[in-house]
Amino acid sequence: MNIFVCVKQVPDTETKITPTSDGSFIETSSIKWIMNPYDEFAVEQALQVKAANEGSTVTVLRVGGVKSSEALRTAMAMGADDSFLVEAADNLDSFMSAKALKGAIEKSGKTPDLIFAGKQAIDSDALQVPQLLAQMLDLPSVSVVVGFEQNGETLSLKRETEGGALEVYEVKGPCVIACNKGLNTPRYASLPGIMKAKKKPLTVLSLADVGVSDEDARVNYSNFQLPPEKPAGKKFDAMDEATAPGVVKEVVGFLRNEAKVI
Amino acid sequence: MANVLVFAQTNSEKVKPVTYEILGKLNGHNVDVVSIGGVDAEGMETLAKYGAANVHKISGDKLDKYSPEGYANALKSFIDSKSYDFVFSGATSVGKDMFPRLSGMYNAGLASDLTNFIFEGDNFHGTKPLFAGKCLTKVEFSGPKPHFATVRPNALGMPASENPAAAATNDVSGEAGNIRAIVKEIIKGASEKVDLTEANIIVSGGRAMKEASNFKILDELADVIGATVGASRAAVDSGYAAHSMQVGQTGKTVSPTLYIACGISGAIQHLAGMRTSKCIVAINTDPDAPIFTKADYGIVGDLFTIVPLLTQEFKNLLEK
Repeated sequence: MNIFVCVKQVPDTETKITPTSDGSFIETSSIKWIMNPYDEFAVEQALQVKAANEGSTVTVLRVGGVKSSEALRTAMAMGADDSFLVEAADNLDSFMSAKALKGAIEKSGKTPDLIFAGKQAIDSDALQVPQLLAQMLDLPSVSVVVGFEQNGETLSLKRETEGGALEVYEVKGPCVIACNKGLNTPRYASLPGIMKAKKKPLTVLSLADVGVSDEDARVNYSNFQLPPEKPAGKKFDAMDEATAPGVVKEVVGFLRNEAKVI
Repeated sequence: MANVLVFAQTNSEKVKPVTYEILGKLNGHNVDVVSIGGVDAEGMETLAKYGAANVHKISGDKLDKYSPEGYANALKSFIDSKSYDFVFSGATSVGKDMFPRLSGMYNAGLASDLTNFIFEGDNFHGTKPLFAGKCLTKVEFSGPKPHFATVRPNALGMPASENPAAAATNDVSGEAGNIRAIVKEIIKGASEKVDLTEANIIVSGGRAMKEASNFKILDELADVIGATVGASRAAVDSGYAAHSMQVGQTGKTVSPTLYIACGISGAIQHLAGMRTSKCIVAINTDPDAPIFTKADYGIVGDLFTIVPLLTQEFKNLLEK
C-alpha cells in the first residue's frame, strides 16, 4: 500500500503568542516548534497499517517554513520511509495548503491508497485541509477518527461527533482519514530510528513545483492581535471549612444578581 | 444587500441554535435557510422570526443519515439552482466536516469557526481566533463566489430583534450521488447532554479531581444547573475523563455563558480554550493558580468541600 501522512509544524501548546507589530502574523523567532499533536496519531496509525500490510511504504508530507524539518525527521524516526517538504509561509491558507499537498502527492509518483492527517492543526484551527484534500483528489474522507479497523479491502472507521457519540463508517478503497486523540498511542522515536531517519530521503519542493501560486489564496488573515483582557474578578477565601458555606452562598448570589447567568 | 444561504443542522428535526445566532447577524440581507431532512414547527417559526425568507428542506434517497459526500452533493445541486454570494453554517459537527468539501467543489474559500462577522455594504470580514484563541485575526475572502463560512456556537449570541413574519417553505428533492464513506451505525455517547461546544453552562474538572469516580460530584452539580461536564488535559491524560470531554487547545474550544472550573490550575492551553466564556468561576486550593487571573469569581478552597455546597445552594435557588 502507498500510505501518505500529512503533518504540520506548530508552536508548542505552552507557547505564549505575540503578534508582530504590523499585525501580519505572530513573532516566530523564539517559538519552540513541535509536530502538530493530532498528526502524531496520524503517523502512528500509518505505521500500524504499514506493519499489517507487507510491502507498504509511508511517505510524510509537510507544507510550511523551511526553518527546520523537525516534524518530518520525527515522523521518519518513528518509522516513515521518506518525506516531502513544500516550502511556504507558515500562515498559508487551507486551500493553498491542500492544493500543495495534492501537488506533492503527484510529485511522489505514487498513487495513494490511504492518506492520514491530524483532524486539525492547533495553530490555524481551520479543520479544513484533510476534507479539502479529499475533495481535490476526488476521494472520500472521514474526520475526527477515533477508531480504525481494516478487514481486507474494507475499512471500518469511528468518527466522534457530539457528546462523545460515534458514527461508524465503512469505506472501500482510497480514503483520507483525519485522526483524533484516542485513536492510538503514538510511539516514541528510538535512538536507532533517529539515526536511520537522517539517511532517509527528504525532498524539498517549492510552491511553484506543486502548481500553487498567489492566485490560489482564498482566505486572507490580517490584523493579528491579542484578545481583550478581562478586568480582574472577585476572589474569596474559603480554605477554612467554616467559612465555605457563606462564601458559596455569596458567589451564587453574585451569579444570579450581578452576572445574571443562572 | 447580499444573497445568503444558511445551512441549518438539525437533530431529529430540531434546529441547532447557532443557526438563529447567524440569522440575527444577517439582518438586512436576503437570507434563505436550507436543511437536509425536516424542521419541526417551533424551528420553522423561529427561523422566520429571525429573518429567513425561505426555508428549503432537502430530502431524498440516502440522505436520511449524515455523510459528508451525500450532504455536500445534495447541497451543491441545490446551490447551483440558485444564486448565493455567501453560504453559512454553524461550526457544528456536520458543518465542520462537510463545509470544506462543499467549498472545495466551488474552488471557493471557507472561513472557519468565526466568532464574529460584519458586512460593510457587501464587503464581508470576519473575526477568527487562532492558536485556540490566544490570538485573533481579521479574515477576508478572495477568489470565486459563493464564499463559505462557519460560525462558532454561542459566540454571536441570540438575535436581539424579532420580525413576526412567516417564511415560505419549499420541499426540495435531493440527490446524494455517489457515497463512498457510508455510515453503517451510530453509537450514542455516554452523555445525552448538549455537546461542550454548544453548551450554555459547563462544569469542568482538573487534576485535583484525583480519580475518575470523583467526577460524579461534578455530574450532580451539572444535573442541577443543566450543565455539560468537561475536563482539563491533565484530567484526561490521567484517565479521569474521556477525550471528548477535554477543553483546551488539544480539546474543544468553548464559550458558554457560565464556566465553572474545579481543581484546574489553568495551563495556558486550557485558558485559551475557555477564556471567551462569559462568566468564569474557579475553585482551587492554590491562591496563585493562573486560572484565577481569568475568573470573574474565584473561590480559594477545596473542590470536594465547595462543589457539594454549590450544588445545594443552586438547588435551593432554582427550587424557589
